[in-house]
Amino acid sequence: MKVMLVDDSKTMRNIQRGILTQLGYTQIEEAVDGQDALDKVDAFSPELILLDWNMPNMDGITFVKQYRGAGKTTPIIMVTTEAEKSRVVEAIKAGVNNYVVKPFTPNVLGERITETLSRLKAA
Amino acid sequence: MNSSYIMPFVDSVNNVFETMLQMPVNVGDPAIKPHETPAADVSGIIGMTGDVDGTVVLGFPTTTAERAVAVFTGMEIHADHEDFADAIGELVNMISGGAKAKFQGKKADISCPSVVVGAGHSVFGRKDVKCIRIPCDCDLGEFYVDVAIRDAVESAVAEAA
Repeated sequence: MKVMLVDDSKTMRNIQRGILTQLGYTQIEEAVDGQDALDKVDAFSPELILLDWNMPNMDGITFVKQYRGAGKTTPIIMVTTEAEKSRVVEAIKAGVNNYVVKPFTPNVLGERITETLSRLKAA
Repeated sequence: MNSSYIMPFVDSVNNVFETMLQMPVNVGDPAIKPHETPAADVSGIIGMTGDVDGTVVLGFPTTTAERAVAVFTGMEIHADHEDFADAIGELVNMISGGAKAKFQGKKADISCPSVVVGAGHSVFGRKDVKCIRIPCDCDLGEFYVDVAIRDAVESAVAEAA
């Protein structure tokens, strides 16, 4: 499965890449902000996107709005420090499929990925 | 400063260190930062705007910061490497993000973090905002979180006066 990691922090991309690799996801593309993700997404064609919220140039929520606005349906999991209920609701309304609050354990990220993909498979 | 803004930082620093570094933190009594304080070597700085505004600083001696980054990233990274600053920035980002989610009835945005690395530097915030220092200690060494924030309404009144 092809996974795109979008986070301006290299540290967080490395941590998430390590978790994904342990889970068996090895086809991984990285982007440093929403604009970088938009630039790379068509060529990479991810089957799952893990997306930070607060990033320079283009933040995660703007990426979601533009991506969904273009009719793209690839599942997106927001992985962010934004933990307020209002933010979660805003993200879900914009088209995010699931939500992980930083800090997170590898188990939590793994569970949310499995949950998201199972839910879509069942739909 | 509204003291209810401090406990969220105490909880958040514990949560971040326990979750991402598997490292329990002993948090000392928060107190107003004295004028004469030992200078830091590494500072992760984040700005807050919205209903609450101000600055949060995560400060370390170099050795403690390098140990924390090594545990956090799984790699030994020297303090002069850009990846070191990235890791410190992510720590202060998670601490601030976790704390602001617990501000009752207040919405705040956080900036992308800045990181200062340099032996014995001082970080000065706005003179008109009291800074509360939260002293922290863990197996990696001592560090602190400085919180200098206040209600935006309070800021506006002070500026208009």
